[in-house]
Amino acid sequence: MGASSYADQRKNRIDDLAATSVDDSAGVSLIVSAWRRLRRNPVFLLGLTITVLFVLLAVVSPWLAPHDPTSPLLLDKVRPQSNPVPGPEPGFPLGADARGRDLLSRLLVGSRQTLIVGVLATVFGLIGGLVLGTLSGALGGWIDSVVMRIVDVMLSIPSLLLAFTIAAMAPRPSQTTLIIAIAIIQVPIFARLLRGTMLAQRNSDHVLAARALGVKPAAIVFRHMLPNAMGPVIVQATLVLAVAIIDAASLSFLGLGNPDERQPEWGQMLGASQRFIYDHPHLAFYPAICIIVVALGFTLMGEALREALDPKSRR
Amino acid sequence: MVRFIVRRLMQMAVVLAVLSILLFLWLKALPGGPVSAILGERATPARRAALETALGLDQPVYVQYSRFITRALQGDFGASTGVLPGEDAFQVFLIRLPATVELSFFAILVAIALGIPLGYFAAKRHGSPLDSGAVVLSLIGVAVPVFFTAFLLKYFVAVEWNLLPVSGRQDPGLEATRVTGFFVLDGLLTREWDAAWDAIKHLILPTLALATIPFAVIFRITRAAVLDTLDADYVRTAEAKGLTASVIRRRHVLRNAMLPVVTTIGLQVGGLLAGAILTETVFSFPGIGDALAQSYREKDYAVLQVLVLAAAAIFVIVNLLVDIAYAVIDPRIRTR
Repeated sequence: MGASSYADQRKNRIDDLAATSVDDSAGVSLIVSAWRRLRRNPVFLLGLTITVLFVLLAVVSPWLAPHDPTSPLLLDKVRPQSNPVPGPEPGFPLGADARGRDLLSRLLVGSRQTLIVGVLATVFGLIGGLVLGTLSGALGGWIDSVVMRIVDVMLSIPSLLLAFTIAAMAPRPSQTTLIIAIAIIQVPIFARLLRGTMLAQRNSDHVLAARALGVKPAAIVFRHMLPNAMGPVIVQATLVLAVAIIDAASLSFLGLGNPDERQPEWGQMLGASQRFIYDHPHLAFYPAICIIVVALGFTLMGEALREALDPKSRR
Repeated sequence: MVRFIVRRLMQMAVVLAVLSILLFLWLKALPGGPVSAILGERATPARRAALETALGLDQPVYVQYSRFITRALQGDFGASTGVLPGEDAFQVFLIRLPATVELSFFAILVAIALGIPLGYFAAKRHGSPLDSGAVVLSLIGVAVPVFFTAFLLKYFVAVEWNLLPVSGRQDPGLEATRVTGFFVLDGLLTREWDAAWDAIKHLILPTLALATIPFAVIFRITRAAVLDTLDADYVRTAEAKGLTASVIRRRHVLRNAMLPVVTTIGLQVGGLLAGAILTETVFSFPGIGDALAQSYREKDYAVLQVLVLAAAAIFVIVNLLVDIAYAVIDPRIRTR
């Protein structure tokens, strides 16, 4: 009963993914068989290309950027009344922002902070979920009940609303509170996923064999069960990264992001562009399009991975 | 059924209780605390002490919490300081609620009207360019943040081409009669057609922006559900019997495929609340989403509290109603 509520639907999606940690098809390993289908999947390849380019950009952008993204090079061109946002000119192909800083350089370097926010939020969420989910699935009993009730409650609230509430509770907005807020909303997703993979493997052949050989329970969990959970976890993390980047941008847009402009970040650039939205919409366009392309890359890759790991599509 | 409803109600009580404790602790932890918020930083120690006694801040924490919860249950959260200064915070919620309900109603309507037919045709032509195109479109719908869709619509349709109003719910110069707080309905009830039409014009862009989220979800669920039923034995039997395509579509495919879709629609209604924060902010549409963002910006903690609690309560109640509706629609669930 009640296999229909919002939380239940989110749970079912997570549980389906968790079930893929058990693979009884003989011969070919899960990753090999997934890769065979993936390398011919255009959706996956597109997502992978975008993601790789984005990560490369984030790494090399400080050397790629034509100017220092934080120095007000075109400040003398800024006229608060007539021309608050300097347009393109030689050496500055996209023009500057309202403080005379080169827009192209800020966009390029901004990829780094965007990646950091997304990755850190996902990693912290993953760590929290890993600890809770593994404890819950491996120990069972009352710990399992308590953890899963908390997870249920958190999954029953729309994640952006929850992130907004958490971030709004901080004394002042900062990059740290943004990361923490987004990490917290990912914890229940990973916790349920990890618990599901533990339960799914509990009676599988390799765990029974290990138990029969007298391997210690802790070693079974860490050496035999967790490695098998990595496939679903990677898929989920890819999808979560896309959501984390969009949610970070959304919260920045609402004024809950990092107010420190010395570290350019796409969501924050988007938020700052609101004052000039009518006359200079390009200030919002560029960072928004960057965010969309990157989020789309992670989403396409994650969905393709999910489909490749899904036993139903392997027939 | 009764046991199920009771269980969900208890779950809802737990959610709200936990949230209320968090809100209470957060209010206590605010820089300077409520005394500074009320008196400002430069109040004399004597006045601070007097106010602390008056507010009960010299009492133990659990006494303070029980007072807080008693007042909260009576809808007494104090006065708004920023959104509608001086107005009771709970009243602010009531004043702003109809706008969001109206917006969500039209958004879900648009999402259904587009999502179900598109999902059906994509499934019928599974693997065709139409199908792949629609799937990619729905994935883009997931990747594009709502506020950007809203911003694009606003910038091009309202600002550049000047086709529709930029912001608000109704032209303030209209002086429309208020009956229910739902502006379109008010206009129809009072036969003030221009007022109703103006309210509709203000709703179009926010509705389209907000509808993108439920549209993507409804489309994907419909497509998956129709694909499943097209494979089912009873559809093959119906085809073998020689039934016409339209009879198979209506009686066998759509009727069975609609079950998961109906649930999804209900669930999306609750989820719209999160999207409403962004959409309403972009269009300065005076609903509870806009009020939430505004109360944060202006540090209107009374309103922020009410809205967070109310949003959670609305969401859980909508979920409960959806589950009950589902049990009513699908007899197989009732017997379990």
